[in-house]
Amino acid sequence: MTSTPHQTTPGVRANRVRRGLAPVPFLAPGMLFLIVFMAIPVGLLAFYTFFKRGRFGGLVFEFTFDNWIKLLEPLYLGVIVQSIGMALVVTLLALAIGYPMAYAIAGLSPKWRTIALIAVVLPFWTNFLVRTYAWILLLNNAGWLNQALQGLGLTDEPISMLYTPQAIVVGLLYMYLPLMVLPLYASLQQLDPSLREAATNLGANPWRAFRTVTLPLSLPGALTGCVFVFVPAMSNFVIPELIGGGKTVMVGNLVRDQFFEARDWPFGATLALLLTIILVLVIVLQSAVSRRVTEGPRRG
Amino acid sequence: MAEPIARTDVAASANPTTTAMRELEPSAKPRAVRRPRGILVPLWLGYVFLYLPILIVVIMSFNDSENLFVWRGFSLRWYPEVFADGALMQGLGNTLIVATGATAIATVLGTLLAYGIQHYTRGGFVRAFAIAPAILPDLLLGIGLLTLFSLLGITLGLHSVILAHGVFATAFVTAIVLARMASLDPSLEEASRDLGAGPVRTFVRVTLPQLAPGIVAGALLAFTLSLDEFVIAFFTTAPTQPTLPIVIYSMVRFGVTPEVNALATLLLFVSVVTVIAAQRLTRLTGSSK
Amino acid sequence: MPTTRRIVAVAAGTIAVALAATSCSTGGGEVDPSADITEQTLTVSIWADYYPEDLAEQFEEATGVKTTIVNHTTNEDIVAKLTASADSGIDVAFVSGQYAQALGEQGLLAELDKSLIPNESNLYPEALELDYDEGNVYSEPYAWGTTGLCYRPDLTGYDPTSWNDLLNPKPELEGKTTMLSTDRWLAMPALKAAGHSLNTTDDGELAEAKDQLLKTKPTLLAYDDTTFYSKLVSGEAAMVEAWDGWCNYGIAEDPTIKFVVPDEGADLWVDTMTVLESSKNKEAAMAFINYILDPKVQSWVAENILYKVPNQAAMEALDPALIESYPTLGITVDELFDQEVIVDLGEDSLKYVDLNSEVLATN
Repeated sequence: MTSTPHQTTPGVRANRVRRGLAPVPFLAPGMLFLIVFMAIPVGLLAFYTFFKRGRFGGLVFEFTFDNWIKLLEPLYLGVIVQSIGMALVVTLLALAIGYPMAYAIAGLSPKWRTIALIAVVLPFWTNFLVRTYAWILLLNNAGWLNQALQGLGLTDEPISMLYTPQAIVVGLLYMYLPLMVLPLYASLQQLDPSLREAATNLGANPWRAFRTVTLPLSLPGALTGCVFVFVPAMSNFVIPELIGGGKTVMVGNLVRDQFFEARDWPFGATLALLLTIILVLVIVLQSAVSRRVTEGPRRG
Repeated sequence: MAEPIARTDVAASANPTTTAMRELEPSAKPRAVRRPRGILVPLWLGYVFLYLPILIVVIMSFNDSENLFVWRGFSLRWYPEVFADGALMQGLGNTLIVATGATAIATVLGTLLAYGIQHYTRGGFVRAFAIAPAILPDLLLGIGLLTLFSLLGITLGLHSVILAHGVFATAFVTAIVLARMASLDPSLEEASRDLGAGPVRTFVRVTLPQLAPGIVAGALLAFTLSLDEFVIAFFTTAPTQPTLPIVIYSMVRFGVTPEVNALATLLLFVSVVTVIAAQRLTRLTGSSK
Repeated sequence: MPTTRRIVAVAAGTIAVALAATSCSTGGGEVDPSADITEQTLTVSIWADYYPEDLAEQFEEATGVKTTIVNHTTNEDIVAKLTASADSGIDVAFVSGQYAQALGEQGLLAELDKSLIPNESNLYPEALELDYDEGNVYSEPYAWGTTGLCYRPDLTGYDPTSWNDLLNPKPELEGKTTMLSTDRWLAMPALKAAGHSLNTTDDGELAEAKDQLLKTKPTLLAYDDTTFYSKLVSGEAAMVEAWDGWCNYGIAEDPTIKFVVPDEGADLWVDTMTVLESSKNKEAAMAFINYILDPKVQSWVAENILYKVPNQAAMEALDPALIESYPTLGITVDELFDQEVIVDLGEDSLKYVDLNSEVLATN
């Protein structure tokens, strides 16, 4: 929001100066709560990364860099790189599927638009474990998709689909597709139709009008959608476990297993922090690019 | 203003009122920009992708067979079993307690925070800090809180999940109330203050009523997010107090009984009803604007 | 920055003190055999579907103790929860023997007061001489058994006899086998196939096992600790590494399914009942264990979930027809004791933990 003229009046400025303790009742409770239950836990994890594990979880107070060095082992580096790759594939697929969907919805009449949007969000409102498990029913060797394929005579032997990395990608895509469609829709819907109209009237064919007008202006929405999909896709551990059959491991699984199976809390904390650092970098990148995109044309 | 153009043939023909409306709109130059005919195809395909798995679950909830891959005829027998299942019902009760508690915390703290941020902070730091839990990976928050609770020797239970859910819920309420605040007319508060009311009084008497729709929306979102939250609850709950998603997780892990299908169908039904109700509600409050 | 850090540190300290003050002191006190257990309430954590559905009501009716039963998914799951907080709220925890040993050594378990558990006399004498807890100081056995191959002869086309049938499957069985991935059972087939002890702490032997497991991984359909039997029934899998009792779940649905302990041998696992030191209801907890050890109660395990129980009286009263249908129930105590008891390895347990994470994390 740009500043309203109101904020430049002298009265308000005076107000700002004599605020004194006024903010305390508003800011203190929430900030204190978030400091205790967000900042300190995250800080604690950062602290844990420099200590040794205890045998039953917890830690031994012996300073070490081992946890960070362990990250560089090909085994864990490989998992991290593969997770980034899979989350990236999921994001791109979501964009490829979500963009035409959002574009089509933005073109509907207001009434249908609402219905279409609700239809996109609705699956998101059913328990995500149930949605994950539905894919097990579908992709299973004895599952419905294989039954259909065999029934249609397309294959004799069931095709192995479940418990593969591809199945994980499909599961993640399914889980987070609505998060791509919504921001895309928001930016497409805000587009001034007259712009597109102008382009068409000036002789641009629909494709060209789309490419030169719609596409650039919907880029911020696309970028937001990409972050919305990439971030949770990368840290999910339930889908790799249930749909991946435990054979393909993503960073989220590593973290979970360090806490509940391996009882190596310091290394789990290290992995989680690395994951967070990667995700923060992605968000920073997204906002930088999107600022460029939105501000660029206006200045130029 | 209604959108003047760019309506698809399918939507228009499917809905006579829209077609009629289009003719009434002065700016509706018929087919000024024609959209390519196939534009709805990806949308429909997208819906098939989104709904096929759900459809399977719903259909199988009425399957008489215990075998999830064989259809043996229509039956409602799994539905009573959902309600007879003590673990599921306990999970449901816990989930409702957690969601209520977390929403209460988040609504109060988030509203106050949003007001404070809007009126008393200039840089983006406090705002970013308050909204951070919404963006932070749930995994990080979950293990961070587990670590904290464990270090302090706090017994895990519903209270620890409520606090944990309160964290991300606060962020969402703050964000939504902030958005609502941005669209408010500041002159009312100004007037209140000019008339001698202190900040707290102004907040309670003037700002709060204006913010109400935003607060309600924020609270609703917080509640629904908490209902379905799995990861943070997974790390911060006691084994004695599983929330519904955790109960479902162990059911799915331990070989699915058709009961899960019935439960999922019921949850879906509740979601649909809630979404429609919320939609009606926002339309009502929206139209008064 | 230094100031913010100090503020955070001070805040953390303050909160820590405040919270420590509010959290109750730990330790439930000494066992008092004369305590009135009807005034106690009991929380029992056990694996899902491993007990009669109305067990809580049964016990409440028999003793007047208000009882809640909660479920955990794995040993690691419950141990993590038990060690994460000073008082988990749990009085009786069901864990496998090696975990009872480890928890006992950590001082987390209460010593059992045998005067409160007279039904211990129903157990096989051997059940009091298990390596993880000789004399049953901290634990009483609930069920026991071994691990082997559970398979469908119609899908395998032959009867497997060796762990190598699983570890290096015939080409036509690739993608049709599953292995257990939880704690010691992941490494066990590879260790046994190579002729090593399943309690080995030798780095070379463990490295050898790891190499084998990594070679096996691409041939698996999945790692599965909980639903392998239904994968057999649905035909997704032809052969799975399975606990004997769980194989019976498959046999119950498809009687052609068979179970075999491979020639190289396997483990003798015991699932035990323990009382937490933090419990404030120790007398009721021990009364609960005693109640389970009643042959009429413990036989439920054999009759309904088809696991062998260490309760001699219960096993001798078992219906022969049941053993006919589920041959694993007929495995004798002697045969069982030919297998190797899993024991906790102290600090060296971490070697298995690391082996598991490394095998599972390799993509």
